[in-house]
Amino acid sequence: MSILVNKNTKLVVQGITGRDGSFHTSKMKEYGTNIVAGVSPGKGGQTVHDIPVFNTVEEAVAKTGANTSIIFVPAAMAGDAILEAADAGVELVICISEGVPTLDMVKATNYLKKKNVKLIGANCPGLITPGEALVGILPGNIFKKGNVGLMSRSGTLTYEMVNQLTTNGIGQSTCIGIGGDPVAGLYYQELLQMFEDDPDTDAIVLIGEIGGDAEERAAQFIKEKITKPVVAFIAGQTAPPGKRMGHAGAIISSGSGTAAEKIAAFEAVGVPVARRPVEVPELIKQKLAAIGK
Amino acid sequence: MKIHEYQAKEIFSRYGIPVTNETVCYSVAEVIDAGTKLGLPVVVKAQVHAGGRGKAGGVKLARTQEELKAAAEAILGMDIKGYKVEKVLVAQGVKFNSEFYVGMTIDRNTKSVLFMASAEGGVEIEEVAKENPDAIHKYSIDPDLGMTDFLARKIAFGLFSDFNLVKQAVSLFKKLYQIFIDTDASLVEINPLVITDEGKLLALDGKMNFDDNALYRQIDIEKLNEPTADELKEIEAKEKGLSYIRLDGTIGCMVNGAGLAMATMDLIKHFGGNPANFLDIGGSSNPRKVVDAMNLLLSDKNVKVVMINIFGGITRCDDVARGLVEALDTMKTDIPVVVRLSGTNAKEGLEIIHKANLPVVQTMSQAAQEAIRLCRDCNKA
Repeated sequence: MSILVNKNTKLVVQGITGRDGSFHTSKMKEYGTNIVAGVSPGKGGQTVHDIPVFNTVEEAVAKTGANTSIIFVPAAMAGDAILEAADAGVELVICISEGVPTLDMVKATNYLKKKNVKLIGANCPGLITPGEALVGILPGNIFKKGNVGLMSRSGTLTYEMVNQLTTNGIGQSTCIGIGGDPVAGLYYQELLQMFEDDPDTDAIVLIGEIGGDAEERAAQFIKEKITKPVVAFIAGQTAPPGKRMGHAGAIISSGSGTAAEKIAAFEAVGVPVARRPVEVPELIKQKLAAIGK
Repeated sequence: MKIHEYQAKEIFSRYGIPVTNETVCYSVAEVIDAGTKLGLPVVVKAQVHAGGRGKAGGVKLARTQEELKAAAEAILGMDIKGYKVEKVLVAQGVKFNSEFYVGMTIDRNTKSVLFMASAEGGVEIEEVAKENPDAIHKYSIDPDLGMTDFLARKIAFGLFSDFNLVKQAVSLFKKLYQIFIDTDASLVEINPLVITDEGKLLALDGKMNFDDNALYRQIDIEKLNEPTADELKEIEAKEKGLSYIRLDGTIGCMVNGAGLAMATMDLIKHFGGNPANFLDIGGSSNPRKVVDAMNLLLSDKNVKVVMINIFGGITRCDDVARGLVEALDTMKTDIPVVVRLSGTNAKEGLEIIHKANLPVVQTMSQAAQEAIRLCRDCNKA
């Protein structure tokens, strides 16, 4: 089972002829992801790593049956690329591109909602169901198949966490980097619900960071809807207010969005929060042991 | 990116939103000249990228020539939250009877532009939000529809009962939304929006912030950018693909990825150290970037030790190691460096580091503790 991507994923890569698109296509293919098509306007008819390239996503979907799209195009074109993928009828779009204007994302998320198409990102590392499909730029070798679902606003911090889990013998069902921008696709609540409904997931790790109130809302949602154990970590516990820490979303403004507030929100609903990354595997082990898994 | 009040009001004015008659001045003589031309009383307002100007004494009413001169002398050159006041806005005094707040921002939860309106204008909206959240009316705007007439009317009726004011407000709200969209704003505020004694709506103050990701298509807005010295350093870093924010500690950090960089800072603090910066070298494999990053770190004279924490994904550890060795060869610094490499090509990277006789640690916890041990001067924050 797992969530969102698996052996049945048929992937189209938008921006496959670009430097990043081409490189990560080879990495994903190497991992075993079923990549059926690429798209690069004006380069239809070519192949990249033996994958056929089309001029439009519509054509790629019609000829290959692609059901998932990953986007590597430059930020200025990424909003339009998301719209194109949704219009062509894929079920899930993953946008890796960094620096997409916020109003482009407002337009794109609104259109995808109407089309009932799911989006992950932008500005995210993608996702992986270990042993089945890697759709993104995550280093596949650190993951291990298992029963812990993981979601994170950060990229490399996710790798750090996964590495801790894997080296402690804890495998993962699906790991998702949801991206660090203010307006993004699927977020904690939708993903928590998917993990709750997934029979292969027994526990959930949520990695948040400063800025916004998504973690506080997630805590409330966990209290109301989630029965599976959740463990959290919040990056930016010592970040000063008013400074944007790399991610457009990672800023403490007007005294809200602090790590302390987020940690308190989780602990208030019984979700333990690791103060250091190294504490996460131990907390997960305790939680799994408590439910006999 | 932020702009000044007078710049925001120039944009408002271009779209037909009524603002006060006003002049920007850079010297006491200019203030006196502007005040005389506009006619007293005038309000002299500091133009800095910091909130709370009024409380800091950066806004003064001048009814006489003496008061005007005194206000100009007091405010020009004043320091407001670390910003030196280099220019002031001299605005014609306006008689008004009530103050409102209107603003727009991006709402992460509804993924749309959020319009906020309140009859409690003239005070900081954050305070209203904290003490009386029901006093702020919020409306999500459907991006396909924009600010429709009916929505603008609904918002206006929430603030005014006089239909003449409602009509003015509808026109103003539609213009304000258009400004937000046209300029890729992230925040637009009129606080206060006042009703003058003549019964006209007028923007007494204005504030705008912009989406940094969209500046590439907002050339005219980008020209208004006035970065501080610290911000200049951040911009310079950004041009090299680095995300840098200076802090006040002694342990320089070089990390790939924003989340991991924050977690690294947290860990240093946890063990009793003090990070000198946030530095995300991003996801590229260019050794040159590491050289630039080292230069940037060591340009901060507070830095006593450098801690490098890399988890390779796209970033390849051997490239980072090569960049680091090259940087240390050319820079001839005696500042100690602690290196932790994991992930893609870590083994190759560690061999390079080992050959260069640099200390290597296995985990980020060990790296933080070793950095703190080496940094004798910074054992307590």
